Order: sequence, then C-alpha cells, then structure tokens
Amino acid sequence: MIIEHPLLGPRDAQEFTYLGDASMIDRPDWQADDAADLFYKWLYLRDNPAGEHRELWFHEQGDRSWLVVTRNTVTHEISKVELARDVARQAGRSR
Amino acid sequence: MKQINRLSGGQIDRSQTLSFTFDGKAYCGHPGDTLASALLANNVRLMGRSFKYHRPRGPLSAGSEEPNALVELREGSRQEPNTRATTAELFDGLVARSQNRWPSLTFDVMGVNDWLSPFLAAGFYYKTFMWPKQFWERLYEPIIRRAAGLGSLSMEPDPDQYDKGFLHCDLLIIGAGPAGLAAALTAGRAGARIILADEDFQLGGRLNSETFQLDNKPGSQWVAQARAELEAMDNVRVMARTAITGTFDHGVYSALERVSDHQLAPAPGKPRQTLWRITTKRALLCAGAIERAIAFPNNDRPGIMLASALRAYANRYAVTPGRCVALFTNNDDGLRTAKDLAAKGVTIAAIVDTRRDTPALSPDPDIRAEHHFRGAEIVDTRGHLGLKSITVRTLEGELKTIACDALGVSGGWNPNVHLASHQRQRPVWRDDISAFVPGDALPAGMMAAGAAQGDFSTQACLHGGTQAARAALLELGIEAPAMPIPDQRGEGSAFGQSAVWHIENGRRRAWVDQQNDVTVKDIKLSHQEGFRAVEHLKRYTTLGMATDQGKTANVTGLAVMAELTGQTIAQTGTTMFRPPYAPTAIGAFAGRHRDENFRPVRKTPSHKWAQERGAIFVETGMWLRAQWFPRPGETHWRESVDREVLATRRSVGVCDVTTLGKIDIQGGDAAVFLNRVYCNAFAKLPVGKVRYGLMLREDGIVMDDGTTAHLTPNHYVMTTTTANAGSVFRHLEFCRQCLWPDLDVHIISTTDAWAQFAIAGPNARNLLRKIVDAQFDLSNEAFPFMACADITVCNGLRARLFRISFSGELAYELAVPTGYGDALIRELMAQGEEFDVVPYGTEALGVMRIEKGHAAGNELNGTTSALNLGMGRMVSKKKDSIGSILSEREGMNADDALSLTGFKPVDPTQTFAAGSHFIPMGGQEIAHNDQGYMTSVCHSPTLGHTIGLGLLKAGSQRMGERLLAVNPLMGQRTEVEVVSAHFVDPEGERLRG
Repeated sequence: MIIEHPLLGPRDAQEFTYLGDASMIDRPDWQADDAADLFYKWLYLRDNPAGEHRELWFHEQGDRSWLVVTRNTVTHEISKVELARDVARQAGRSR
Repeated sequence: MKQINRLSGGQIDRSQTLSFTFDGKAYCGHPGDTLASALLANNVRLMGRSFKYHRPRGPLSAGSEEPNALVELREGSRQEPNTRATTAELFDGLVARSQNRWPSLTFDVMGVNDWLSPFLAAGFYYKTFMWPKQFWERLYEPIIRRAAGLGSLSMEPDPDQYDKGFLHCDLLIIGAGPAGLAAALTAGRAGARIILADEDFQLGGRLNSETFQLDNKPGSQWVAQARAELEAMDNVRVMARTAITGTFDHGVYSALERVSDHQLAPAPGKPRQTLWRITTKRALLCAGAIERAIAFPNNDRPGIMLASALRAYANRYAVTPGRCVALFTNNDDGLRTAKDLAAKGVTIAAIVDTRRDTPALSPDPDIRAEHHFRGAEIVDTRGHLGLKSITVRTLEGELKTIACDALGVSGGWNPNVHLASHQRQRPVWRDDISAFVPGDALPAGMMAAGAAQGDFSTQACLHGGTQAARAALLELGIEAPAMPIPDQRGEGSAFGQSAVWHIENGRRRAWVDQQNDVTVKDIKLSHQEGFRAVEHLKRYTTLGMATDQGKTANVTGLAVMAELTGQTIAQTGTTMFRPPYAPTAIGAFAGRHRDENFRPVRKTPSHKWAQERGAIFVETGMWLRAQWFPRPGETHWRESVDREVLATRRSVGVCDVTTLGKIDIQGGDAAVFLNRVYCNAFAKLPVGKVRYGLMLREDGIVMDDGTTAHLTPNHYVMTTTTANAGSVFRHLEFCRQCLWPDLDVHIISTTDAWAQFAIAGPNARNLLRKIVDAQFDLSNEAFPFMACADITVCNGLRARLFRISFSGELAYELAVPTGYGDALIRELMAQGEEFDVVPYGTEALGVMRIEKGHAAGNELNGTTSALNLGMGRMVSKKKDSIGSILSEREGMNADDALSLTGFKPVDPTQTFAAGSHFIPMGGQEIAHNDQGYMTSVCHSPTLGHTIGLGLLKAGSQRMGERLLAVNPLMGQRTEVEVVSAHFVDPEGERLRG
C-alpha cells in the first residue's frame, strides 16, 4: 500500500506501523463522574466496519508523524490522510 | 544421440551446440532451446512421473503452465527440484534429472499405485488414515511423507545471492506478445516511462510460434525490430525472463526476474534471481491466453500435448515430438496446427474434430491429413511410455484405431486473468468464446488487452494493445498517437469452437489436472460426496494446486462440475486467484536477508573491546551484548558469572548498558508530560535528580519502567528497557501528537548517541574518582543516591553521570558520546586495576537484579499491573496519567491478586526453574490448585543457593509459608519458602553509602 503523507508525499506502507481506530485520539476526561465507564468504552469497544475506516498509522521509519488515514477496509482505497495532531486539535484537544 | 526430431527453421542458433545430460545420458541442443524442446529433439518424450499414480508423463505445454515435465536441475548445492523443463533455458553443461521415480524413469516401482487407482480416488487419505488414531503419528504420517512430494532438496545452503529491487513507472505492461508490444511501442514513442515485462526469454509471445506474417515479415522478425526500437528508448525498460507474479494495492506489482537461471552459475557479482517491487501509475494486462485440453480417456501419455504447444515446438524450436501426428480439436486451432506441421514435413495421421459442420479440408490445399473425422472423438489411447495409437469413435459410432506417436489437443483458450483477479475480483464468463475474461471491476489502474481480454486474433491484439495504452496514458495526461497496425496475412479463419470438455468411455480414466492426477471420476466423486462448491472441489480433489496452479486444468474441472450440478459455468464460478502467478523460490523472498544479514545487528560501543576479552555474546533484540567474560581455566558459564557477581559485590564491576533506550525530552511542558506518561509523580522532580518511573498502558498493565533524569530546567533524559525502546518512543509520540497536541514538549531518541556504562560495587566511587575531572565533587553529600549531573571526564570530555543502581551496590551510570565508548571502557579497566575491577555481562547483571528483587522483562510480561509488582501505591490518583483510571478496576485489585515475592528452596541444595507453578503443600498438580508462577530464577553466588522471584496469590502476606514449586515438564517438585524479594541488602544501605 502507498500512503499519501501530508508532508512527505507518497510513502510505502512498510515505513509505517499501525495502531488502530482513530477514536484512540478521543481519550476521555479523567475527572468525569463516569470516567471508569468512559475509559472502558473508549479502550475496548470498537466498530469493525467493512468500508471506510479512520485509523492511526505511525511513520516510524520516516518523520515520526502520527497520521489519521481514511481507508476502505474492503478495497484498501485510501481517501484521506491527515496529521493526527491536526485531527486532535480539531476535536478540541489541546494540552 | 542425434537430434532426430529436429525440423527446419525455428529460432534456435544452429551455429552453436550445447551439451547437457538427462538422467545421466548425454544429449545436444542449441541456444534458443528449452530443456523440453531439446529433449523432444532427441526423441525423449518421457520426462517425469505423475504425483499420485506415478504415470509416465511428457510435456503437455511449451510454457510456464506446464503440469507434467517437472525435473531437477543442476547438482550439489545448486540442485533445484520441480523445475519446469518447458521454461528451463538450455545451457551448456546443464544436468537434469527426472523425479518421483524409483529405480528409474522407465521402470518405477511406485507405478503400482496406478493399478491401485480404484482405491486411491479423491478423499482416500481423509477416509483411510482416520483410524486407529494412534497410528497417525507413528505409521501413517512417515509413510505418507516419504511418498509425497516430487523432487528432492540438496539439503545444502544455496550458494547464490538473491536480490530485491524497487522500480517505478507510468505504465507497466505485463506480457510482450502482440498486444504488449503494440502497447509498449505506442506508449514508448509518446515518451511515457514504461516497463515491459515478459516471463519468456524471448519477447513476442505467440508471434514466435505462429507462421503468419506481419508487414510481410515473419512474426519473429517484426518482434526483433520492435524490441530493438524499445531497447533504444531511454524511457523504456524491457525486462525479459521477468514474470509479474502479483497485483497488490495502489499500483504495486511484484516481479520475479530470473537473472541467472539460464546459466550454470551466476556471473560474479550477479544475483541468481531478483524480486522486484514495481510501483506504477497504470498497468496493462497483456498476459495472453493458455490453451486448454479436453479430458478424454488416457489423455496423459507422453506425446499427447496441447496443439498450440505442438506449433510452438515446430515453429519456434524446430522440433516435433513425433513424425506421425494426430490432432484432436473442437476449434480451428487444431487445423492451423495440422497445416503448420504438414508444412514442416510431418505426417498428419488424423484430424479428429468434434464439430460436425466444419468444411472438408480440400478448400485449404495446405492441410493434408490421412484421415479427417468430423463429429468424432478420441475414446482411448495406447502406449505405456509414449503414445502409440489413438482410438477414434466416429460420428457413426464406429471405433477406429490409428497409429501415431504424437497428438495435439485443442479445447479452446483460457485468457490469463490471474493478475486481474488478485484482489478478489471475479472474472466473468463469456459464452461466445467459452472462457472467463477479466470483469469490469479490475484492480485500480489496470486495463486488459489482447488475448488476456478474450481478443484472440493477432489483429485484435495489436489493435487492442495500442488503444489500451493510449487510454491509460490519456488518464495520465499524455496523448499518444495510435501505432499503425502492421498488415497481417495468413492467420486464417476466425476462431470457431464448440465447447467440449470431456469424453466418456466406460471406466477409463480421463485426466483433468495432470499435475495432481485429478480425473473426471474424482470430480464426480467430489460431487457425489457433497463437495460441490468450487473451493470445496479444489480442496477435496487437489484440482488446481501445486506449481501450475491448474492453469491448464481449472476451467475444465469447473465445466465438469457445472455439468454435474446442472448449473452454468458462470454460476459455478472460479476459485480465488492468489499471488504468486508463477512459482517463486523462498530465496527470492528472502533476498539478501539471510545468514548474518538476516537482520541488522547493533553492536555496543564496547563490542570490539569485549571481543578482545573473549566475551560470549547474546542477542537481545538486534543488539549483541556481552553475556559473560570467561577467564582462562573457567569451563562452565556459571564459574564466570559467579565470579563476576562476587567481584562486583566485593570491589567493583563495569557493565555496558548502552542498549537501554534513551529518550531526550525537552520543552516548557516536559514535566507535565512526564507526569502524565508515568503513573507515579514526576511534576516536582528537581534538577540534578533521577527518579524511577513506572509506565502503564491505558488498561493498567505495566508497559515499561526506567529512570528519568532532570538534567537542566526543561531538559530530561528518560531510559527505557532495551526491549521496549522502540515501542515506548512510539507511545510517547502518540501521547504528544494525538492526546495533548499543544503541550510544549519535544522528544528524540538518543540511544545511539551515548555510550553508557554501569559502574557498581563498594569501590565504584573510588574508581570514578580517577576518571571524573577533579572539579566535580562525588562525595555522598554532594552527589547522593539518585543524583545526576552533566560533568566532564578524562580532562574535559563531556559526560553525564547518574547515581542509580540496578545491582543494589553503590553504583553509577556514566555516559559519554558514543565515539568515546571504546576509549572509556579501556580507561575504566586500566584505572580499575588497583581495585581488581571486573567487566560483567548480562548474566551477572541479571543475577544481581534478582538478588536485589528488581522486576525486569520476566515480570513486566504484559499481564502484570503495578499492584502485582508491589508498586500499587505508586499509581497516583491525584493526577491524570496513562492507565490510572482503569488500574482501579475491581478485578485488578482483588485481595488475592498475584504479587511479586522471593522464593528460596527449603533444602538449599535443591533447585527449581522459572516457569514452575506454585501448589499448596501436598496439593495435586492441577490448575485448580495453581497459586501463581515463578518468573525469574538464578543461582545466587552471594547466598550460595538457588533463589527466585515469582508472582504468588496474595504473596506479600504469605512470608514464611511453604509451597511446592512444580514443573511437570522437567519432572521437578521443590519445596520452597516465601521470602522477601530483596535477598541482598534489604535496607538499601549499600546503594546509599
């Protein structure tokens, strides 16, 4: 597979390691009343779509960017690649 | 022997003669020959024995689809089994042997299997070797293993190099037949970057094997001109002997180039084969088509082959497998073969055409045959080691036996759809040509043209190739003019065929898949027993397996099954196509990654010095670390390790700990960051101090541990375990970029930048005093336990000093830039002489940490929490840190949770092993009684007996209790006592002294 890195252009998938669902970015608030339940759901419950999937890839043998790759799990078509940091900021994450 | 079956013409170089042997007998051939064509020239039709019934077999084809003529090539370490004689290029000195026969090819004892065939039908193994159960391992499996397989391995290492390479292009053209060449000329002239690959050593595909002309030239001459033009273009890479073996995602293709297979041994510096990874914007499948046979009784004798193969042997290789040839056909291809062979002076004994309505031969004066049967079929053949006669059932039902020594069979053509189907795309059935073609859903960026697309005429191939290339380039914004299509003459009539798949005659067997000895009867049995889906049929009968992957057999097998189930062939469908298209040696996949180059090796800065000291090394990940340093006279590793431990605890020892991961952390929020990634408090670590840090995963399981030093404001250095250096770094980057993207913190791995040595023992400070520059005060007051500082050593060399201890002794870790590591270890040894300094390896390191009760990899095993390791209280609940929330789950905080404790044998002369499980005294060794397990065990030279660390249920509350450590694998049962994990200096006086 070829991943279109937003900064570096097309790179071979062999340069990356895979983590999983991009929802890993949405780490819950540790001070919420139901933090234990929120953390459990965040860590263990995942969708397993046949189709578009947003997932985290790490450019380990490259610039060490974490990327959010939108990939179709049926065809492997990659429709979007974003810097995970930008995605996290858009989701309201900061410090 | 003379080449008695050589004909005139052909594309062989008669000016040179090549000598080779087959089964020890010497023969001659010419450059341009394959092993199969050269053997046929020498009147050798018998080339192998079939897999199951050991039937005598000769080549069926003249290409890579060959199911039968599998031979062993070369000798010694280069011996290569299961090589197709039909693709093996002849070279001088080639040594080839037949396979799967004993004692000889003409007399094979296992041929008895053929007589036993009524018992050996499909599913025989599944049904027979079921009972009695205990016979399987001892009796059945060894026998089956001995009988299975065709060729044999040399069992010697392959002496040749295999390589891997990467290529990029705009357009990859797969196959260099008429369609591929037309596409390449069109795209090449337009300036596109193209790769043209063909598995054959000659470009041209069928143009080499047919007699009709292009632009009034023989096809092969037109090919030679096209090749010369293409090779002169800078933007074109022509790759002969290169099979495209797989279609992968996003325009990635694998290709196997047989660089030196056509030579006795590779030229110096050349690889045997190269596995290419080609990334292309567009691909054009011009892989052509493969003729298929008709399954008729006894259709597998040497001398019976595909009609197209007969033509290829006659026209390209100037060879005929026999002087008196018959043809069996359901289409015009058979007639074309008769014409070509007759033109070369071969007698055509009979043309047996399954069609009733074909015209008599008289309109075409060039086709002469002694017999011409229409609406007829072949119902039997004779000739044990080679064809002698065929029996024809005429339209009127009359049986006629006709003598002949070769038979060409044509059952129609199957487009090579494989590469278009490697990503689960299903080919579609076309009734008009009775064949599967690539469907509308092709792999992204791929188009198909020519015979691969079902366009079988040369004119259509040339036209299709050029048009497809134009279309592909247009998508890339390149306008390519159409290539003028060469004038073509003599191809003859259109392709008219009637679908005939198999012919019945009593109980005689008709082979569908010759490589796996699958007959029509086996398919019927599979149907009868309910294995009707194509994927079941394949597994039950082995149809379509092994080196040829059923290229000549699959469609016929499907057609037979379709007939049995009453479905259409389209409904029956095909099995899944998977890479590789052509057999690929494991060596090609490995490339240069073998032996010492299997993976990169990382050497510590003191490696060379340790080697000089005679160190024994151990692999830890990619690192090579000194395991122990034997001294003269030491015969057992324990002697060396015990000495290193005792000497360190008595005076001073030095160990290279460079391999521990080092991560430099800087920024205004570095402290905040550390406080979140470690479960224990880090926010208030002062400058000049080191702290132990425990890192959890979000699920509360321990990920890693290490120390982090606060060197200067906003600058920290973290250490990780050797094993987790990469994964911790990845995790920190995840936290930094994904969880807290606006924290002001930057990290970089500096593992390779610093050489680091542990200096441990009562004399550690005295030794360091001689190394560290005088202005730095090392006294216990100025530089206490857990202090750190930027210092200089050896008159001004910058260094870092950490007062940390893994051994439990007064200890330091000293880091210098990597380039000075070798000099530093030598200096430490020289300066330490007065203290009897010893270097110690990873074994002594491990012994000392077990004696001290430190958890390490065996305990941080991916199942243990902070609580299990006795560090539950370190998990701060006052802050947000990775893993803190889920650490609080009920199940992880049970009263009887495993906890880390020490163990010693009640009888100090007894020993036990890591992995032993704890069972209550007198308890049975059953899972119900399991109380935990031993994680680390060593002989403690300090205490003089075996000690262990283990995880025991509620272990911290069971000091003094006696248990059994049982290891049923080793037959060990040892009575042990639960003790503190701190065997040595439990109060920690030494490391603070």
